[in-house]
Amino acid sequence: MDEVFKALADGSRRLLLDRLHARNGQTLLELCDGLAMTRQAVTKHLAILEAANLVTSLKHGREKLHYLNPVPIHEIGERWIRKFERGKLAALSELKRKLEKRDE
Amino acid sequence: MSKPEFVYTTYIKTTPDKLWHALTDREFTHRYWMDCTLTSDWKAGSRMTMERGGEVKNECVILESDPPRKLSYSWVSIFDEDMKKEKPSRVTYVIEQRGDMVKLVVTHEGFADGSKTLPSVAIGWPMVLSSLKSILETGQPLILDPSKDA
Repeated sequence: MDEVFKALADGSRRLLLDRLHARNGQTLLELCDGLAMTRQAVTKHLAILEAANLVTSLKHGREKLHYLNPVPIHEIGERWIRKFERGKLAALSELKRKLEKRDE
Repeated sequence: MSKPEFVYTTYIKTTPDKLWHALTDREFTHRYWMDCTLTSDWKAGSRMTMERGGEVKNECVILESDPPRKLSYSWVSIFDEDMKKEKPSRVTYVIEQRGDMVKLVVTHEGFADGSKTLPSVAIGWPMVLSSLKSILETGQPLILDPSKDA
């Protein structure tokens, strides 16, 4: 679990997870596209995310595709969020999202 | 060849045989799979059903069965009229021993364009896999919300 928190404690790595969340199964080149990070930096961050099992990769033909693996994040949630709280938390997240959208 | 939509990986402190049993034993699946019961003889070509509360939710056909290494089945969610009409997607489990752990990679792919099944299973998999890991490592599943369809 330490590895997961360390991997998440970096804005660039969270950005890479966001990109995979928006579109799953990307190559290194696709992930680098439009980012202000060098390919070497992205490779390094991906290795840390893979070691924490937050990203899982798959060989697809000649390409290596990267997938967001939400299983460890789910395990963290399960550890501290009780069943009866989940519904309320989902409602609060939705409220926050709606209110923030209105301010834009 | 289209690329898989989902790939999930989890490392579980167990053996490949115990993991295979957990994925295929009727009573055992019911303990951690969001109140679902998976029933089949797990031979290639056989039918597999995922039922909850006596109602079949997902209809599957075993495509590949190589215990305790690889299991693959087709998947049609029949609890929803639109999903029922979609072409079957495909789930594959690959089990590998890694020291005292077992690496489980679950791939779910081949969804129809604009599939309604896809967002539905995206919610379910992390829950099912976390619960599977928990029951094998601690003997206790996670408490899941069975009101959501798998």
